[in-house]
Amino acid sequence: MNRDEKFIFTSGAKKKLFITLGIGVLLLAIGVFMLATQSDHHEGGHGHEVVREGFHAEPGHALTGDSVTEVHAQDEHLQGAHATNIEEATIDSSSSVVTDTTPAPTGEQAVMNADSDTAVSSIAAHEDNNKAAEEAVNSSETHHAEHAGPAHGPAEHEVAAHAGGHHEVHWTTRLIKDLWLNNVFFAGIALIGVFFIAFNYIAWAGWSAGIKRIPEAFGAYLPFAAGITILLLIFFHHDLFHWTHAEMYDKTSPEFDPILDAKKGYLNVPFFMIRTVVYFAIWISLWKVLRYFSIQQDLTGDVKYHFKSVVWSAVFVVTFGITESMVAWDWLMSTDPHFFSTMFGWYVFASWFVSGLALITLFVVVLKENGYLAFINENHLHDLGKFVFAFTVFWTYVWFEQFLLIYYANIPEEVGYFLQRLKTDAYTPIFFLSLVINFGFPFLGLMTRAAKRQGTILKVVCIGVIMGHWLDFYMMITPPILGQSGGLDAKFLFVEVGMTMIFASIFLFVILTALSKVGLVAKNHPMLEESEHHSVF
Amino acid sequence: MEKANNFLVGIYDDEDVLLDAVGKVKKSGVKIYECYTPFPVHGLDDAMGYNYSNLPIVGFLCGMTGTICALVMMIGMMGFDWPMDIGGRPYIPLPDFIPITFELTVLLCAFGMTISFFIVSNLNPWSTPRMFDPRSVDHKFVMAIDLADNKQDAASITTILKGSGATEVNKKSFE
Repeated sequence: MNRDEKFIFTSGAKKKLFITLGIGVLLLAIGVFMLATQSDHHEGGHGHEVVREGFHAEPGHALTGDSVTEVHAQDEHLQGAHATNIEEATIDSSSSVVTDTTPAPTGEQAVMNADSDTAVSSIAAHEDNNKAAEEAVNSSETHHAEHAGPAHGPAEHEVAAHAGGHHEVHWTTRLIKDLWLNNVFFAGIALIGVFFIAFNYIAWAGWSAGIKRIPEAFGAYLPFAAGITILLLIFFHHDLFHWTHAEMYDKTSPEFDPILDAKKGYLNVPFFMIRTVVYFAIWISLWKVLRYFSIQQDLTGDVKYHFKSVVWSAVFVVTFGITESMVAWDWLMSTDPHFFSTMFGWYVFASWFVSGLALITLFVVVLKENGYLAFINENHLHDLGKFVFAFTVFWTYVWFEQFLLIYYANIPEEVGYFLQRLKTDAYTPIFFLSLVINFGFPFLGLMTRAAKRQGTILKVVCIGVIMGHWLDFYMMITPPILGQSGGLDAKFLFVEVGMTMIFASIFLFVILTALSKVGLVAKNHPMLEESEHHSVF
Repeated sequence: MEKANNFLVGIYDDEDVLLDAVGKVKKSGVKIYECYTPFPVHGLDDAMGYNYSNLPIVGFLCGMTGTICALVMMIGMMGFDWPMDIGGRPYIPLPDFIPITFELTVLLCAFGMTISFFIVSNLNPWSTPRMFDPRSVDHKFVMAIDLADNKQDAASITTILKGSGATEVNKKSFE
């Protein structure tokens, strides 16, 4: 084992990254051009504000008939179950909603259909006469009383989800959404790198000592992520999070939202910004501490740094557990602020963790292919493969647990999340595609022992898994921000892919630079010997 | 276990010595019956030329049995035998079936693998395990050689074992 091995960030590798960056910029430029030209004839009065209203339409609009309603008079869908448009709404959405009196549910309504609780969704019954409409108003009022607020339940979600057509979103929102998506995704992977070394320290794991520097280098991206996140939040929080609009908390405003008003103790802009800064402060400082100990151990060979690392890793893991959940609520769940799921922190963690593990594995395999890390053998790959495999299943478990509980309980606030994603033209293909890539593909690909011990298969599966989890994050962020105008259209190939290539090349550039700065092997790590002779049965 | 009665038992002090000895003894043409160690020795499987276990295949088949049993049971009961309208869901709501399917898969897989492992390892309730040397569960490493399997006589095998680092070589017979 060559303990003084150093990773050399060659100009060839740099050139490849710059080419990736260039292609990304080019694709993005084409995408932006497409977006800008196509949106020309949609402009005028159709800002994202309107979409926001449509998406979380409040009864006030329809009742008072203000300007927004008039702009969208042609879009009855948006008005949903609101009193003035109740008849149109009833007719329009009658095909998409089912009542609890339906004797035998049809295939189309297999998921998330109404039970007696979801009074508002039964507004749009099969009967489309006035009597039904009146009942609907009544039942929707009952619903208001129950929830101490206007309709926020399935009606608007249902309508929004089934509107089919696209809401007018200002085209820049899509770019901002992509920036946010990639930022969150890569920040999470960087964080998982630190988490990986931390839990390996705590577990006194020997096998991973030799590859420790790779996840350690991931943390170098955290300061960049902090900068991008804070800039995006300062400049674009109105585009990303519609709860940031002040009028939603103004009792006299027609847009007053009692649910958000009740949440404002936690969900308000200053506290949100402070939390974000605190998360990054904690993560970056703890990463710096662990990195400092690691480098000091290289220089001095003193084993006390190992013990210190164990202690600080424990600190990191505890704070990570808390901050990661809160990040999931803040950055991702609050894009749809009426929705809540207690599984969401776990779900986001699982997605990040699998992508992080897949990237670590990919790094190990590629570095080995390029002649580094000669001591890495199939036993190390086997362990990494087991990690990817196991946490793929874990992700599926968490994902499905969230889905099953929401499906089974059928509570309006929660069901809206899946209605937006599961049964819409824009997102249904991605929904199932992400399940296949994130579960079926790695599950079958890495099931056998031989596959986990083989660099090529690992590489293919890991690339698939990383792309799959990117899609998973896409599915978390896009529907609430873009409404139905997202999805796998032609522009996806340019805008989303281009933006992701830009982020990926910057991300790789940062972590490869960090990797080349210190030795590739933590040469005085006390468990290096164990790592070298690691073998699994 | 087939009828094998007379054994030579080499006792080793160290797992590394045993690991080397396995190679040497095999090289000199002696067939090793089995090694017994107080803890798993890395590399011993490879040295003795064992193939990877077929237990995962058994596990897969048992697991598939569980999956099929669970699905047939629930679809039969909920879909055909006594259909019930629960909250307006379809009579065969697959998402609702997944937890039970999963549990039954895991249950049958675990039972199947454990039972087949016991049978294959001769650990069934009606068998008496052979103890070549009681110290092999504590601090000694034991290599057993079946005399019926080998053409060489006991004396020459004893020499080979001693030469490979065994501290003592005993004869052991079973009924």
